[in-house]
Amino acid sequence: MSDTAILSISGLSKAFGGLLAVNQISFDVHQGEIVGLLGPNGSGKTTLLNMVSGALPPTQGRVRLRGRELTGLPPHQIARAGVSRSFQLVRVLPSLTALENVMVGAVFGPDAVWGAEAEAIARALLERVGLSGRERQRPEAMTYIDQKRIELARALAADPQVLLLDEWLAGLNPTELQTGIALIESLHAEGRSILMVEHVMDAIRSLCDRCVVMNAGAKLAEGTPEQVLSNHDVIAAYLGDENA
Amino acid sequence: MIFPMQRREVIAVAASMAALALLAGLPLADDGFWLALAITIASYVAMATAWALFSGPTNYVSLATAAFFGSGAYVVSALAETAPWPVVLVAAAVVGALLALATGLATLRLSGMYFVIFSFGLAELIRQLVTYYQTQFTGSVGRYIFVTISAAEIYWQLLGLCAIGLFAGWAINRSRLGFALRVIGDDETVAAHSGIDTARAKVLLFSISGALIALVGAVMAPRFTYIEPQIAYNPMVSFQVVIMALLGGAKRLWGPLVGVIPFVLLYEWIAGRFPNHTHLLLGLVFLLVVYFVPQGVSGWLEKAWRKLQGKSA
Amino acid sequence: MLTTILVASVLLGGAYALMAMGLTLQYGVARIMNLASGETLMGAAFGSFCLFTALQIGPLLSLVLIVPLAFAINWAIYRWLLSPLVRRAKNQGMLEVDSILATFGLLFVIEGAMLAGFGGNYYSYSFLAQPVTLLGHSFGLNRVVAFGVAALVALGLYFGLNRTRYGTAIRAVAVDPVAAGLVAIDVPRAAAFAFALGSALTACGGSLLSMFLTFNASMGVVFTMKALIIVIMGGVGDPRGAVIAAFLLALVETLVAALVDPGLTLAATYLLFVLTLLFRPQGLMGRRA
Ligand SMILES: Nc1ncnc2c1ncn2[C@@H]1O[C@H](COP(=O)(O)OP(=O)(O)OP(=O)(O)O)[C@@H](O)[C@H]1O
Ligand SMILES: [Mg+2]
Repeated sequence: MSDTAILSISGLSKAFGGLLAVNQISFDVHQGEIVGLLGPNGSGKTTLLNMVSGALPPTQGRVRLRGRELTGLPPHQIARAGVSRSFQLVRVLPSLTALENVMVGAVFGPDAVWGAEAEAIARALLERVGLSGRERQRPEAMTYIDQKRIELARALAADPQVLLLDEWLAGLNPTELQTGIALIESLHAEGRSILMVEHVMDAIRSLCDRCVVMNAGAKLAEGTPEQVLSNHDVIAAYLGDENA
Repeated sequence: MIFPMQRREVIAVAASMAALALLAGLPLADDGFWLALAITIASYVAMATAWALFSGPTNYVSLATAAFFGSGAYVVSALAETAPWPVVLVAAAVVGALLALATGLATLRLSGMYFVIFSFGLAELIRQLVTYYQTQFTGSVGRYIFVTISAAEIYWQLLGLCAIGLFAGWAINRSRLGFALRVIGDDETVAAHSGIDTARAKVLLFSISGALIALVGAVMAPRFTYIEPQIAYNPMVSFQVVIMALLGGAKRLWGPLVGVIPFVLLYEWIAGRFPNHTHLLLGLVFLLVVYFVPQGVSGWLEKAWRKLQGKSA
Repeated sequence: MLTTILVASVLLGGAYALMAMGLTLQYGVARIMNLASGETLMGAAFGSFCLFTALQIGPLLSLVLIVPLAFAINWAIYRWLLSPLVRRAKNQGMLEVDSILATFGLLFVIEGAMLAGFGGNYYSYSFLAQPVTLLGHSFGLNRVVAFGVAALVALGLYFGLNRTRYGTAIRAVAVDPVAAGLVAIDVPRAAAFAFALGSALTACGGSLLSMFLTFNASMGVVFTMKALIIVIMGGVGDPRGAVIAAFLLALVETLVAALVDPGLTLAATYLLFVLTLLFRPQGLMGRRA
C-alpha cells in the first residue's frame, strides 16, 4: 500500500449465500491513474464496484479513500466522500431534464453546490460530453449512448476523487466508441483517477495504465495491459484451458 | 432558496393571496349549508395537499391518512379542556410528526412496499390501541368534545392550513429537499449514489405531511362533538384523500386542489342518493380514476395546454 | 395453559398459511400486491355462511363451489383489470404503485358490496361445534377439521408446484419472467393462473375460518394486514417461509389474546412486523444479500 494510493482495496470479499462472488481482492488506484478491471462474465467485477460504492456491504475486507475508511458506509456517504459511479445498465432519471440529471451530481456531491452554480457546472459538463443544446430534453427521448453520456456527466458533476465506470463503453458502435475513448482519455489527461470495468480490448490497451484481472471472484493477474493480456492464466480464463 | 423567483411565480403567489382573501370572506355571506360544504372542502384540500407533498414526488403511496387525522382529533379530546387552543394545535402537530417519524424510521430505509403495507394497517392499529387504552384506563370508549369555537373560525383555520400546505409545497419544490425527492421518486439507487440521504429526506417530508394532516384532524374535531375511535379513525378518510389527490394529480402542487372540489360534490351526491351503496360506488369511482386519469386532471390539463401552445406557436 | 395456546395457534395458523401462500403467489409470480386479499377471504366466509344458513350446505361441501368460483372471478379480474396495468407499466415501480392503487380500489368495491348486502353486523354459524380432546385439552371440532383441510390443501399446493410441469413453469416465472418467456413459457397466462390460484387459496382459508370465527363485512383489512406481514416475515415469494411465519404469527396472536388482551392482536402483529423490518427485512428464510 503506497502513500500515493487514492483508493485502496484490501482483502475485499463478498458472499451471496454459498457463492463467493468476490474473494480476497486487494489492489490500489493511484492519483491520476486509470485502472482497468477485467474478467469474464460473472467474475465479480460489478460486485466489487458495488462494494466500493456502498451498494453492497462487504462480507470481509476494507475500502479506503486517501486513508479514510469507507468500508460499510452507506452509498450516500461514500458519494459525498468523493466516489462517483456509472451503472452497467445505464440509469438516468426519466422525469428530470438532461440538465437536471447532471445537476444532481453537483448538488448532492461533496461540494454541495446549489442554484446557478450547479446549473453552470451541469451545462459545462453536458457540453463536454457532447450534449450541448439538449439541456431541456428528457433522457427518455435520447439514444443509449446519449443516456450513457448523461450518466457520465452526472458522475463528473460531483468532481469525484475516484470515478467508477462499469462497462461504460459497452454497446457503442465503432464511431461512438472512438468518441467515448477520446472522452475518457481527456479525463485521464486532466488527472482524474478512474477504476473502470471494461471488456473492449482497444479501450483497455489505449486507456489503462494498469489492469487487474478477476476470475471466479479471485484476482488472477495485475500489471500493465500488455502484461496481463499476454498472461497465460488470463488467456485461459477468457478462452478456456484448452486454448492456452 | 437560491433560485430567484420567476415572474410567473410572483403572479401565482399574488393570485393565491387574493383568492385566499376572497375565500376567507365566505362565512360573512353564509353560515349554513355553504359554510359546511366549504369546511369539508377546505379540510380535504389541506389533507390532500399534505398527502401529495410526500406521496407525489416519492411515489410512496401512503394509506395512513386516517391515522394522522384521528390522532389529531384525539389530541383535542384529551387536551382541549385543560390547555389553550394554540397549545392543543401544537401538540396535535407534534403527535402527527412523531407518528410519521416512527413509521418512517421503521420502513423508509427499505423499499416502498414495506411502507405501503405499514401504512395500510396503521389507522386500524391505532384505533385498536386507543380503544384498548380507553377501555382499560378511562372506562368509556367515547368522549365529548367541549370547545367553544365557531364554524367560521374552524373554516378560517382550515384555510390557514391549506395556505401553509401550499406554501410548504412551494418552498420545498424550490429547495434541495424537493430536488432530492424528485430524484428519489425516479430512482432511489441513483439518489443514494449521488449523495442523497434518501431515508432522511423521506422521513423528514413524511413528518411534515403527517403533522399537517394531524392539524386538520385537530381543527375538525370540534365539529364531531362526540368522538370515538370508529369515527376518528375512519378508513374512508384515507381512501378519500388518496382518490382526491390522484384525481387532481399528485405530481403538481395545485393538483389536489383541483381534485377535491369535484370529488366532494360527487361524494355528497352519492351519499345522499345511495346511502347504502356509498362504499361500493366510491370504490368504482376510485378504479375509474386509477384507470382513466392516471396523471390526474392537472396532468391532463397541462398536456392539453401544451398542445394548444404548440399549435399557436 | 401453554399446550392449549400452542395447539390453538397451530389450528389457527392453518387458515392463515393458506391466505399467506395465496398472497405470496400473487406477489411472487403475478407481481401484484393484492390489498383486496382480505376482502376475498371475507367474501368466501360470507359465501359459506349463506350456503349454510339458506341451503344447509356445509362449509366443507361449499368449498367445492366457492374455491373454483374464486378462481374464475380472480382470473377475470387479472385479465380485465390487472393485466392492462402490467402492460402500461414502464417499470416494476410503476406496476407496484398501480397495482396497489387498483387493488385498494377493489377492496372498497368488494367491501362495499358486502356492506350493501350484510350491513355492519357480525355473523357466525354453528358447524361441527362439538368439542374434541387433543393432548388433554378440548378444542372445537370445527377448528380441528379446518386445520386438517388447510394442511391437505397446502400439501397439494406444494406437490403441484414442485412436482408438476406447470408448477415448475410457475416457479420459473417467479424467479425470472424474462428468462421464463424465452423458454416458451406463456408468462401472462402463468401470471393470471398464479393470481387466480392465490385468490382461490385465500377463499379456501376464508371458508375454513368462517366455521369457527365471528366475522363482519369490514374485517378484511385486518386479515390482509396479517397475511402481508406473514409474507414479509416468511420472505417474499417463499411459500415455505409463509407457512412457518403463519404459525409464528398465530402463536403470538393467541398468546397476546390469552395473556394480555384480545383487543391487542393487531398490535402484536405489528410488533412482529417492526421486529422483522428492523432485524430481518429479507424475511426469516431469506438470505442477506
Ligand atoms: N445481489 C446478488 N445476489 C446474488 N448473487 C449475485 C448478486 N449480484 C451478483 N451475484 C452473482 O455474483 C457473481 C458475480 O456477478 P457480477 O455481476 O459481479 O459479475 P461481473 O463480473 O460484473 O459480470 P459481467 O461481466 O457479466 O457484468 C455472479 O455469479 C452473479 O450471479
Ligand atoms: Mg458486471
